[in-house]
Amino acid sequence: MKHRSIKKVEEGIFKGLMIIATLTIVISLFMIVVAIVKRGLPAMSWDMVSKIPSGGFYLGKEGGLLNAIIGSVYIVIGSVTLGLCSSLPIVLYLNLYLSEKSRLAQVTRLSFDVLFGIPSIVYGAFGFTLMVYLGLRSSLLAGILTVTILIIPILIRSIDEVMRRVPKEMKDAALSLGATKSEIIKPMLKQVVPGIITAVLLAVGRGIGDAASVLFTAGYTDSIPTSFSQPVATLPLAIFFQLSSPISEVQDRAYAAALILTFIVLLLSIFARIFSRKFSKNKI
Amino acid sequence: MNKTRYNKFRQIREILVKNSMFILTVISLVFALVIGTSLYFKSEPILEKQSIGTLLGGESWKPLKGEFGFYPFIMGTIWVTAISVLLSLPLCLLAAIYLSEYAHPYVKKVVYPMIDVLAGIPPVIYGVWGILVIVPFISEKLAPHFVEFSTGYSILAGGIVLAIMIIPLMISVFIEIFDSLPGGLREASLSLGATNWQTIKKVVLRKSFPGLAAAVVLAISRAFGETIAVLMVCGNVSEVPKSVFDPAYPLPALIANNYGEMMSIPLYDSALMLSALLLFVIILAFNAISRLVLNRIEKNFAL
Repeated sequence: MKHRSIKKVEEGIFKGLMIIATLTIVISLFMIVVAIVKRGLPAMSWDMVSKIPSGGFYLGKEGGLLNAIIGSVYIVIGSVTLGLCSSLPIVLYLNLYLSEKSRLAQVTRLSFDVLFGIPSIVYGAFGFTLMVYLGLRSSLLAGILTVTILIIPILIRSIDEVMRRVPKEMKDAALSLGATKSEIIKPMLKQVVPGIITAVLLAVGRGIGDAASVLFTAGYTDSIPTSFSQPVATLPLAIFFQLSSPISEVQDRAYAAALILTFIVLLLSIFARIFSRKFSKNKI
Repeated sequence: MNKTRYNKFRQIREILVKNSMFILTVISLVFALVIGTSLYFKSEPILEKQSIGTLLGGESWKPLKGEFGFYPFIMGTIWVTAISVLLSLPLCLLAAIYLSEYAHPYVKKVVYPMIDVLAGIPPVIYGVWGILVIVPFISEKLAPHFVEFSTGYSILAGGIVLAIMIIPLMISVFIEIFDSLPGGLREASLSLGATNWQTIKKVVLRKSFPGLAAAVVLAISRAFGETIAVLMVCGNVSEVPKSVFDPAYPLPALIANNYGEMMSIPLYDSALMLSALLLFVIILAFNAISRLVLNRIEKNFAL
């Protein structure tokens, strides 16, 4: 009798600890969002999102963050387009032409799993060496290329996961009607559109928030770039640089930028959630 | 007549599409190799001048005098990573067990998206949070009990921020591992009269140990390479830290912080590239090993 009660007590203690752990994790998420909103909201104004920095901005005078917002959008649009162009063929090749057990498919999947774990600072350093080698200066183009390298593993991993679940019968039916494999690409893609959208949203979230990869490659500027060879400002770097300023008005802008970035990222993950409801496997 | 020509066209298109996709896949495969070699070539000048032993073991970092000792940075990285894993591992393990073994489906429906959101928050935001909340907390509330003075920009701050950052990765891999265990194992244990907790302790945890270890290695390598958040809260002093309230200067922060000025000093860029190469090689190895283990587990239990 006594033994049983000890067992029960032990289970109870651990169950309590588990609930506490789960709550801690959930609460820390709220703490982060609340801290950012509380500090960022007073610093927000319409000027922040509609104006570029004017003279004296870094001494606490007029201006906003439009340069960084537009810059981040440019970089993300460019790199997601490039990323999709190079990752879709690879995923299609893995799923159409190679069998699940083929060596090449296994090695490719493993290598993208591994590349996914490489920190963005290494990609940034690599992008920088490439840039120097090609004689480029820090520019929109270099930033786009580096972020593309960063998000390709994300795109490939998450599109592949969905495409693997397209029923084999669908392919077989098309092939038996005399279609060539490349003619199945269109229906295959149609099947996985929600998966592609989710992957893109994930990639946008990663690309827009990453600072280490654009630190040396995209540079920083107060104006909105008009060509690929000009440097470009990004939101994470706007936060990073302005936070280190000793002037409190400038720091305020960093918090406003943090609020904008958090808002964008939260919005993206809500949309990703909606699109991936049918394909709900963890993609981290 | 027309039809045969059309079929010929289809065949050619098929071959073209297939081969171009194949080439692209192969290019993507050698990509890691390209990164590795280009970083190696860039770091070769310093490797020719000084042995790898003196570089890794040297304690003094004076680029102007040509002294490049990585030891303080390596220690900084190890300290910060160790603290973050020590803090997050118990939390993740307990929460993952709860979510996969006990929690009501409704709880999962609420908590899983939150973990996803946590995973999506950019590092720089974690850094801002660290400066707003963690750094003042350490310097005002925590540190005075232990040491005379701390600015709060310390190993501990970096460790706490990183711990929160690696939680989503660790917990989601943990849950995946627990969920992939065959249900029969649990039922067998329960039918022998074991309680839920005994089953978890003696069957679930024991059976999933290799996977859990691989997940931890994955999380370690994530913490190892994290840059901006750590750069913002660690204080960046190039000395070997003595306590958790001391500032530290992890390797990724070193690279990020010194890029602008390195061009004018000889061997400086080479030294920074060497640290990028170190990060790349270590993380590549860690990731490859843990992914291989995880893949094998997935295959074994898929039946």
